[in-house]
Amino acid sequence: MSISPDLAYAIFGRFNMDALPIHEPILVVTFIVVALAGVSILGALTYFRLWAYLWSEWFTSVDHKRIGVMYIFLGIVMLLRGFSDAILMRTQQAMAFGHNQGYLPAHHYDQVFSAHGVIMIFFVAMPLVTGMMNFVVPLQIGARDVAFPFLNNFSFWMTVGGAIVVMMSLFVGDFARTGWLAYPPLSDSAFSNDTGVDYYIWALQIAGVGTLLSGVNLIATIVKMRAPGMSLMKMPVFTWTALCTNVLIVAAFPVLTAVLAMLALDRYCGFHFFTGNLGGNPMMYINLIWIWGHPEVYILILPAFGIYSEIVSTFCSKRLFGYTSMVYATVVITILSYLVWLHHFFTMGSGASVNAFFGITTMVISIPTGAKMFNWLFTMYRGRIRFELPMMWTLAFMLTFAIGGMTGVMLAVPPADFVLHNSLFLVAHFHNVIIGGVLFGMFAGIDYWFPKAFGFKLDRFWGKVSFWCWVPGFYIAFMPLYLLGLMGVTRRLRHFDDPSLQIWFVIAAFGAALIACGIVAFIIQIVVSILNREALRDVDGDPWDGRTLEWSTSSPPPAYNFAFTPIVYDHDAYWDMKSHGYVRPSEGYRPIHMPKNTPAGIILAGLAVVCGVALVWYVWWLAVLSFVGLLGYAIFHTFNYHREFYIPEQEVAETEKARTLLLATRA
Amino acid sequence: MSSSSNPGALTADPHPRAFHLASEDDHHPENGTLLGFWIYLMSDCLIFAALFATYAVLGTSYAGGPSQAELFKLPTVALNTSMLLLSSITYGFAMLAMAKGNKGATLVWLGITGLFGAAFIGLELQEFAELIRDGAGPQRSAFLSSFFALVGTHGLHVSVGIIWLITLMVQVGRKGLIQTNRRRLMCLSLFWHFLDVIWIGVFSFVYLIGVLR
Amino acid sequence: MSGASHAGPHGAAPDGHDVYDNEEPHGSLQDYVIGFVLSVILTAIPFWLVMAHVFKSPTVTAFSVMALAGLQIVVHMIYFLHMTPKAEGGWNMLALIFTLVLVTIALSGSMWVMYHLNVNMMPTSMMTSGSMAPGAMNGMTSPAATMTQDNEIGGNTMGPGDMGGMKMAPPASARDPRTMP
Repeated sequence: MSISPDLAYAIFGRFNMDALPIHEPILVVTFIVVALAGVSILGALTYFRLWAYLWSEWFTSVDHKRIGVMYIFLGIVMLLRGFSDAILMRTQQAMAFGHNQGYLPAHHYDQVFSAHGVIMIFFVAMPLVTGMMNFVVPLQIGARDVAFPFLNNFSFWMTVGGAIVVMMSLFVGDFARTGWLAYPPLSDSAFSNDTGVDYYIWALQIAGVGTLLSGVNLIATIVKMRAPGMSLMKMPVFTWTALCTNVLIVAAFPVLTAVLAMLALDRYCGFHFFTGNLGGNPMMYINLIWIWGHPEVYILILPAFGIYSEIVSTFCSKRLFGYTSMVYATVVITILSYLVWLHHFFTMGSGASVNAFFGITTMVISIPTGAKMFNWLFTMYRGRIRFELPMMWTLAFMLTFAIGGMTGVMLAVPPADFVLHNSLFLVAHFHNVIIGGVLFGMFAGIDYWFPKAFGFKLDRFWGKVSFWCWVPGFYIAFMPLYLLGLMGVTRRLRHFDDPSLQIWFVIAAFGAALIACGIVAFIIQIVVSILNREALRDVDGDPWDGRTLEWSTSSPPPAYNFAFTPIVYDHDAYWDMKSHGYVRPSEGYRPIHMPKNTPAGIILAGLAVVCGVALVWYVWWLAVLSFVGLLGYAIFHTFNYHREFYIPEQEVAETEKARTLLLATRA
Repeated sequence: MSSSSNPGALTADPHPRAFHLASEDDHHPENGTLLGFWIYLMSDCLIFAALFATYAVLGTSYAGGPSQAELFKLPTVALNTSMLLLSSITYGFAMLAMAKGNKGATLVWLGITGLFGAAFIGLELQEFAELIRDGAGPQRSAFLSSFFALVGTHGLHVSVGIIWLITLMVQVGRKGLIQTNRRRLMCLSLFWHFLDVIWIGVFSFVYLIGVLR
Repeated sequence: MSGASHAGPHGAAPDGHDVYDNEEPHGSLQDYVIGFVLSVILTAIPFWLVMAHVFKSPTVTAFSVMALAGLQIVVHMIYFLHMTPKAEGGWNMLALIFTLVLVTIALSGSMWVMYHLNVNMMPTSMMTSGSMAPGAMNGMTSPAATMTQDNEIGGNTMGPGDMGGMKMAPPASARDPRTMP
């Protein structure tokens, strides 16, 4: 029985069985492994009857702590996917010389490097950073949750939705072959008319909505919900960097939304924004996308800077040096990040005057970061340094990021950039700053705040193994790329003719293998810590002799964070409390007002994913239906006026008394 | 392991600080909805900025096709503008009625606002249809693509505003002017006036100056 | 659309105002009417300037229109949006100013950059309102850039210097990653 092609198209859009990569062995094997793993996990969850627990305690939770943990979990899972892409590229490049074409044909190699970039930036770095801010900021400012808890839940699921769309492209259809920014005219329908760029567009639009709303949420939280006495200049530095990061998010992501929408209009409706004909101007896409793109990298790094500031002062038992200059440096970076974007396309031909302007601004923006470096160093000077894992990651960051930053200043010089643009030097630079800056910061933050989130520390031994694999691994993987770039090797190549280059690629592949060991060690660290959790237990909630308010709560904190809103007098509010001999209140508990859990976030995000995928495959009826459903459900949700409840006084009293008892027996 | 959890316990502090709020009645975190919504509007402003920038750059790329002077009918634009401006003031009247707690008057003024908004959209759709029929659709040139995108996005926002307005009318009708509904009306007020602000940019920069080119 | 409300033990006072309404900006009838009248005037004038060709020079007209638009936006901000430096503790104003700064940078920056790019990179026949047959442009190759179009998939390495100045991927080698920016 066969149906007419018109009917098939009306029902299934452009999807047909050819979209399934059954003839591609790598993908078939990957699918089998993923399917097996997936089935085992789902099976285990069912067998241990965990679905109800997961649904009610995690998926529908509007608690910022739960949502923060879920973001970080997402980031780590996607790190595995993004890193697999990296391994594929490293091995291909290490072997493909002369007659050896390697094992990865161009059609796939192009998707691999595109997916690698998209996933690492949007679905690893962004969720890790967002998760950190979500978990920590309300605790640091003495609040009970973020300003808009339901929106927080929705933002998380939209990010997951984007990740689902990208992961789907691995097994159904193709992903974009344009690089992670999908420049036109290549990304226009004339030259990429398969599903690739469409997957890209809708994954990012869906995730982008989540990120933007998260930005609004955290700004309102920090502005409005600080504990009494915590003026702006008494906030922890991490909260300051979170504020500036979210300002950047709110100010930059709309531009990405607009540009991708225009690209979608070009592709779907035949508009001519960026086409090569009828007046279109592809250079405008590049201009606009980098107006987003540069602030984006500061969105990634500023929270990491904040994490380092917290860690340095805690593990040197010393107040952070130059708090005021740290704040000013962060604000200056925020503003300046809008004045440098053209350095990503010096070679596109804007000419000397324009290039000179942006070259200068780019060099200027490195100055506040330098100020921060000195402040960290001065904090360490004459401090009593404890080399716990977070501090180790911080030291690795300081060295690594300084190198990466310096190569950035090299690239900021337009004539130098004309030689180095799109070479492996550029690739080495941005991995240097993102891995050395962002990723090390996330590892540091995970080690630092894990006990607060879960009530036990992470295993030190496996953490050190991970550290000593990651740091040398990074250098071995990327320093050769600087050399290769200076020798003239272009990025995104899958085959080379010059055999003298091969040794460097082999060294780089070895570095990648070392990093793989680091990742495995990290996973082992988590497993071992869970198994040993009683021995690693954080009993009093202050495992590091912390300085900020989050350490005044239990580990993990109760759902309401603080039974009584703290009053703040000075920087390092908790250190201040400890030095003044604060006493936990033992009576006077009141019922606490809390938001209810809700399934609306996951349902709305689910509908958004269906809509996005339908648009990718041109299944118009489904796209319209899911979009109407999305709108309808959102409106329906607003008719629910009963979204809060009270935690009874008795329950608060019991929780608090239990903690007081625990602290008393430990003292 | 905290090494100095209670150093102060050894010395009596003559002026003990109160580190916890005894009663939450004295302090409520101020509601962040209006600020949050304002910040969202600022982000929306940046979407329009990107669209305006694209229009500024591509606005003269006619690709041999029609230009602004040939296409735009200023009397229609003037009519459209007045519809939107009137809707702004009628929304203002609705807010005044809300402040007085007058549910009926609020609903009436909201309804009138919606009608003006619908008139605006209707006129705009008609304009678009005529342009497309005359071969000046968004696929004709980059100028037209950027025009339709900018003006269309604004129209889309107004349409969403109308849907929101109808929803709020139902909710106010059922629950009255409770705090939540008042907050929502305030947000819609910001949204509605903001769209009028964007329209000022549109009619000035796209239509009026466009015709001068 | 609504944040966590604290309506629990407090409720709303009978006149609809309660403790939390202090923050909500109010307009008065006078404000709205003044705003409306000013807006009408500030709309009518630019329309008149353009439709009646009041100024000989289109540049002067354009600047007047933009100035009047800016003025009307301020009127809307004050009278309709109740924008004051006090609203939300000054944060509304700060957010607005920051946004305006960014909008200015994005608009003027884009126009400046794109103008230079167009002058340098677009073939002269396209510089103003080029007459283009659809599909005639096969990639905007600037005559100055010499680009070896090696279409072998996975061919020779190319120094990045060869690509200097040439940012646009000629579509013929769409599958060839080397020619992509």
